[in-house]
Parts: sequence; structure tokens; C-alpha cells
Amino acid sequence: MKRFAEMVRGVDQTTRTTVKLDALAAYLSEAPDQDRLWTVALFTGRRPRRAVPAARLREWAAERAGLPLWLVEESYAVAGDLAETVALILPPPGAPEDRSLTDWIGFLADLAPLDELAKRKAIESAWDRLDTDERFLFNKLITGGFRIGVSQKLMTRAMARATGRDDSDLAHRLMGDWTPETTTWHRLAEADDAGDDASRPYPFYLAYPLEQPPEDLGDPADWQAEWKWDGIRGQLVVRDGQHFTWSRGGELVSPAFPEFARAPDFLPDGTVLDGEILVWSGDTAGHPDSFNALQKRIGRKTVPKTLLNSAPVVLYAYDLLEWQGQDLRSQPLADRRAQLEDLFASLPLDAPLRLAPTVRFTDWSELAERRITAREERAEGLMLKRLSSPYQVGRKKGDWWKWKLDPLTVDAVMIYAQSGSGRRANLFTDFTFAVWNGNDLVPFTKAYSGLSDAEFRQITNWVRRNTRQKFGPVRQVTPEHVFEIAFEGIHESPRHKSGLALRFPRMARWRHDKPVQEANTLDDLRAILAQYG
Amino acid sequence: MGHSYKTPLLTVSDAGLYCADGDFHVDPWQPVDRALITHAHADHARQGSAHYLATDAAGPVLRHRLGDITLEGIAYGASRAINGVTVSFLPAGHVPGSAQIRIERGGEVWVVSGDYKLAPDGLSEPFEPVACHTFITESTFGLPVFRWPDQAEVARDINAWWRDTREAGMIAMLGAYSLGKAQRVLSMLDPAIGPILTHGAVGAITDILRAQGYPLPDTIPVTPDTKAADYPGALVVAPPGALGSTWARRFGKISTATASGWMRLRGVRRRRGLDRGFVLSDHADWDALNRAVAETGASRVMVTHGYTDVFSRHLAAQGLQAEVLGTQYGGDEAEDGPPEAAA
Repeated sequence: MKRFAEMVRGVDQTTRTTVKLDALAAYLSEAPDQDRLWTVALFTGRRPRRAVPAARLREWAAERAGLPLWLVEESYAVAGDLAETVALILPPPGAPEDRSLTDWIGFLADLAPLDELAKRKAIESAWDRLDTDERFLFNKLITGGFRIGVSQKLMTRAMARATGRDDSDLAHRLMGDWTPETTTWHRLAEADDAGDDASRPYPFYLAYPLEQPPEDLGDPADWQAEWKWDGIRGQLVVRDGQHFTWSRGGELVSPAFPEFARAPDFLPDGTVLDGEILVWSGDTAGHPDSFNALQKRIGRKTVPKTLLNSAPVVLYAYDLLEWQGQDLRSQPLADRRAQLEDLFASLPLDAPLRLAPTVRFTDWSELAERRITAREERAEGLMLKRLSSPYQVGRKKGDWWKWKLDPLTVDAVMIYAQSGSGRRANLFTDFTFAVWNGNDLVPFTKAYSGLSDAEFRQITNWVRRNTRQKFGPVRQVTPEHVFEIAFEGIHESPRHKSGLALRFPRMARWRHDKPVQEANTLDDLRAILAQYG
Repeated sequence: MGHSYKTPLLTVSDAGLYCADGDFHVDPWQPVDRALITHAHADHARQGSAHYLATDAAGPVLRHRLGDITLEGIAYGASRAINGVTVSFLPAGHVPGSAQIRIERGGEVWVVSGDYKLAPDGLSEPFEPVACHTFITESTFGLPVFRWPDQAEVARDINAWWRDTREAGMIAMLGAYSLGKAQRVLSMLDPAIGPILTHGAVGAITDILRAQGYPLPDTIPVTPDTKAADYPGALVVAPPGALGSTWARRFGKISTATASGWMRLRGVRRRRGLDRGFVLSDHADWDALNRAVAETGASRVMVTHGYTDVFSRHLAAQGLQAEVLGTQYGGDEAEDGPPEAAA
């Protein structure tokens, strides 16, 4: 665990990608196979089964440290991470011992059949053998979520350096349904044949936001435009008579979208589609439903029948990655698109699949005008894809661009402030905003992001000096500052006092120039709701 | 204890902590007639008061920061009567020259600790516990997640980072508050590794303290003509705000670090976006805060800047009379690196 902890420290303590890469690659080159396999698994979001509930962990740690539980809760609120909080409050280890990462994972797996008292004894004995950094990682093995700044790209580059294999090949190998129990380091990273995992999707190709004028992209004839849909990016894999639906985050979400279970009936084995999962109730004249409808489907493991009827999904397909078992990714988009259109020509009408239409245009100014109408199409803007582009791995500049609409905005008054946690523990970063309803300020949204560090420090100082009342961690502040709140969507919400809720709200600007009286009104928000909700 | 006055010995006025009987303020945030100053950090020592009283050791830096002030010095431990109230200054261990102020009226003793730490840092006059009835304490790091490693261990880490940075052909730049933390860090460095350079704000204070006799290594001031190439393998000590500024650009490719108690938290470390974060604070950690309170024997504790609600609740649970005192303190580490003016 010491070597693993040292590597994590090396990766975690710097923002320099080269230094992170060096640390991770060095570790992956020399660690024992089982340790490096687990490292790759943990950093790609796979984790061992939870040995102990998080709530127990905090109770046992509080007792061990001789602290009341409320004090541990307060500490957790500031540190923002339970594994870290527990690691920091415990007394120093009495019997330090260096066991491997795999050993400790095995140690946790062995706890499963034990009763609670025995589990507690085991965890306490582990804490007593680990230093603060190792304890943090040990606790992370229990609580999950190794977010230490290792992107998928960094992981594949480090593996490429450790194994001498190509990094896009490795990116593909890391996709899919494997765990350290079902594969080996050799099979995952070294063997020439990566094994036959029927479910394995391809790494998604992601677009960059377009920041330059589209004219800079050159001849419009070289480009394909599509609407940028506001749904869930997904890949539908049909192989061996089975179907697998994958989310962009690499999660297997087939059970959440049973609509696609019929896919093997009309798609031949060896077909992989890339597209957007959207709700299509048929109520909206040729358009998918808004994201609000899809939200009901998100985060569900299984779907009740009523919801399947009221909010059925389709895959809006825009790319064909595999056809008849052949990987098409190196072919130009124009060819893949032609093949995709052929495929759709023979699909039954009731298939839960739609061909995502292209947006025809002859010059950039014409396309710019179409873009402005995106919200009417239930889209967020446009995608621009070079017709000659291969389907690349990850976020790459040059061939695919997203050209989103400017967000909706409203000027609002800050009325409550709460301090952040984790990286923003000592700043006020979580704010509640209000708009006018007559002479009253009605809260309608929270926002946490969008200000610079300097602005957060400035507002933090101001909040400290302008607190009117405290409600636990929340401070009511003098309504004095106006912020421009940007958001991507708006919908009705009976749960909120204002009767509406925003999607992706954030602080776009601190309007030092605006007096409080000039902030927007609830009627203004309702007008936006009527137009775009 | 035969004290039963109607008015408390200290109250909070618009201008700051006020002793009505003695007619003086402690670390006022507005100009007053007579100001007793615990230490020279900007949130405790402000301009505009008519008369200042501080330790002899704090005098030179106070004059440097506040300009032409009417300042009287007092030795650590010496007593002074002000309108029938007896005051004395005892070491707080926070920065060189810093003090707790003991205030006594007819047998009742209050201590204003200002900012303090218990572990000796090799430069600051070490903290002395002072018995009192009422103790006014800071709580900048008043949570049990804040525990400081030994200074010797941190010194090893800093020097190892400096050596590695030198081997990589880069210059090391360490952010530290120009009064206190910067000199503490300087005294921890191994000068055999390479030349030590200072930002103007750090250099000015360092020169003053060195002249007072505090043991500090030789340093080279960074001037507009300083060229990185002339100082291969150097370490630069600068105020935290100077890291990432245009000022820092003259050094080309650098490895950046900061030393602060906040570096104990991974999230804060990551937010700062530096190459390294060393856990080194001039404030008491959780254990030290508790020990300090216990050693005063005070039955009543007033908690100022920091995690005031949490720490006072914790003290109340120990059976102490604890309350939060609203002040406007909270400078140096409390705000985690407010950009200091480049000098």
C-alpha cells in the first residue's frame, strides 16, 4: 500500500499532466500484476463490493478518535470527503505494516460473512496499521470513488508507456464489463487478443466547443451539421444475439432502457450504433420530448410500466461504429453515414430507433440562422462534423465541434450563502438567488460555480460581514448583490417555492453595475418557461 | 475569586475589543486613541490610532508596516498600569514578536491570545500558557481534521522538493506570508542546496528581523534586473499571491508550492493548483487549541475568528462557559492566501 499511496500522492499533488503521467506510468511498469490490475480498475470507476456501510465507518472512527459524532460530521462538512475525514481524525497508527493493495482489497472482501462486531474489530486493526495517506486510500476502497485527477486519457497513456501498446487500442480494451475478478493484467493490457467480450463498446469520440467563427472551418461542403440533442449519449451494441446499452460514462445501462431489448430482432449481430437516448412520446409533432421527460428515466435501475408508456425512449442514431462485425471507425464519416442510412432504410417503423437527421446548409451564415432555432427543435445547438473524419477516441480537436446556443440568462439577487466543502471548504460558494415578485424576493435557484477564485474570496469576505441571520450552515445575507444566472433549461416544479426549476444554473457574471431593484421578476421567468419549458 | 464587577473587563465596540476601565482597545479595526497590539499582521495591526503599545520585539516590523506611528515598546513579561488596569504581554508563539495580552483588574484576569501556536518554530518566542479567568482564543483551525506534522518532518519534505526541483533544472517557488511564515520557512531551508531569493515584501521583513537578531539565512532580493539564469537551483520565497503573477514569470519554468495549515485538506490543496502543498501553520491545531484552553484554567472562553461555532460548542460540551465573540480578525492563513500587494 505504501507504493500505491506514494503513486497516488505523486498524481494527486500536482496539476502538471506530465508529472502525473510519470508517476502513474512508473507505477504501472513495476507494480505486481494484481496491484496494477486493481489500480486500473479503481481509476476507471470499478470498485470492490462495499464491505461496510459509510455510516458505520464514521461512527467507529468517532469513537476511536474519542470525538462526538457531531464533531466528525462538522469536519466532514468541511473536508467534503468521508474517507479523508476519517483518515485525518484517527490517532497515529500503533503497529505500522506494509501490505499490498491487493492484500487490503482481499482483507475487505473477507469481511463480507462476518458479523458487525468482527467487522469493526478488523477495520480498527487496519486503521492501526496504516499511516494517514494509506488510511485515506483504504477508506476509499470502502466508500468508493477514486477521483484523483486521472482521466481515461491519462490512464491509457500511462498504460501505453508501461506496456508499449497503442493508447487507443488500450482505451478500447478498458471499455466494457470486466472486473479484476474476471480478467488478468495480461489479458487486459498485454495479450495480442484482448479476448471476446461481446458487450465491449468503443470509446466515445467527444466534440470540443466551437469558439472560433464557423467560417474558420473552411469550405461548408466539407462538413455535416446535425442538431445537438439534449439527451443521454449512448452506444447500442448488438452481438451474439444480445444487446448492450452503454452510457458515455462507461456504464452498462441496458436494464434502465428495456426498449432496446428488441434490437437483436432487427439489427444483425456485429452492429454498434452511437447516438442520443431521448424520450419520444409522440405528443410533440416530430420532435423528441424535452429533457425534463428524460429526467424521470435517469438513475432508475428498473422502469415501471406506466413510465415506459408515458416516457418511452428511442435512440437517435448518428453514427455506425461496427457493421457485420467490422470496426468502421477508421472510415470517413461520409461512408459511415451512408451505411447508417442504408441500415435505417430497412428498419421497421416501430423500432425504438430514429435516424438523427442532418441539417442541410450551403453557407455558414445560413447555418448560423438555423442554429438560432435550435430550441424549437428541442436541441441545444448544432454539431459540426468533418465528412472525412474517422471516429476518434476521446475528446479531440479538429474534426468534431459542438456549436451550442448561448445559455438563457436572468439577473437575480443573492439572498443566502453557504460555505463549500472539499476544495472550497473555507469559502462561501453555494448561493441561493431570488427574483422579485412584487415587493418580495422569491428564491428560485441555487448556483455554485462560475466565479473566479478571486471573486469567491471577495464575496466570502462580504458574506462574513453582511450576515443577517444564521440557519445552521446557511447564512441569510443582505440582499445587495446581483448576479447574472445562466442556465440551459427551465421547467415547472411544484416542489419549489417559485414553481419552477432551472437546469445547469451557474453564475455567469457578477453584476456590480446593477442595483437590486433592477433584478428580473418572477413574471420574466414565467415568460421564459412559457417559451422554452 | 473576589471579582464581581458589573461591566465585563472587555467588550466588543464598533472599533474592536475594548477595555472600558482602562480606556484602551486591543487590536482595533478602527482608529482609536490607545491601541494594544498582539502582532503586526494586517488584521490585528491597523493604521490610524493615536497611541500604540506592543512588544519591543514587534516594534520594528510594526513601524515598517504602519509608518510613522506613536509606538511604545514593552518587554515580554513586564507589567504596565493603564488607568488602574494592569496589562502585560506574554509570548504567543505565532510570529516573531507576537504576544498574548494579559489584562487584570482587581484580581480578575483576562487573556487575549491574538493568534497563537504552541509548538516552537525556532524563531518566534515560544508560547507561554497564562492562567486566567477568561480566555479569548482564535479558532482558525478549530476542527479535529487539523493536526500538524512535526516541523522537522516538513523541513525534510520542503528540502527534498527543492533538491528534486533543482535536479529537474527548475527554480523552486514557495508561497509564504511575508511576516512570520516566510521567515519560518527560511530558517527551515538547507542553504547548501542552492541560493535563496526573496520577493520584495518578504525580503523587507526578513531584513528587519535579521537585524533584530533572529537567526535567518542569507537571502538575495529579487529586483527588476534579476535573471533566473544567474541563480540555477535557487529557491524563491514569495507571498502566496505572487505565485502565478506576472512577477513570477521572470523565473521561467518553476515548481510551485505553498506552506499552510489548509494544505492538510486535499480539496484545498487541489484548488490551489500548485505542485506541492506543505502542511505548516502558525496557528494552533486542534490538539493545541484544546491544550491551550485547558492550561489557562479559564472557566470562560470566548472564541473569535475561525470555526467559532464548532469550537465553542465543543468547549461548552466540556463544561466550560463558551461563547462566540464577533470580531473582524481573520487574516494571514485564515483567508487562505489573500493576494498580498507586490512590493
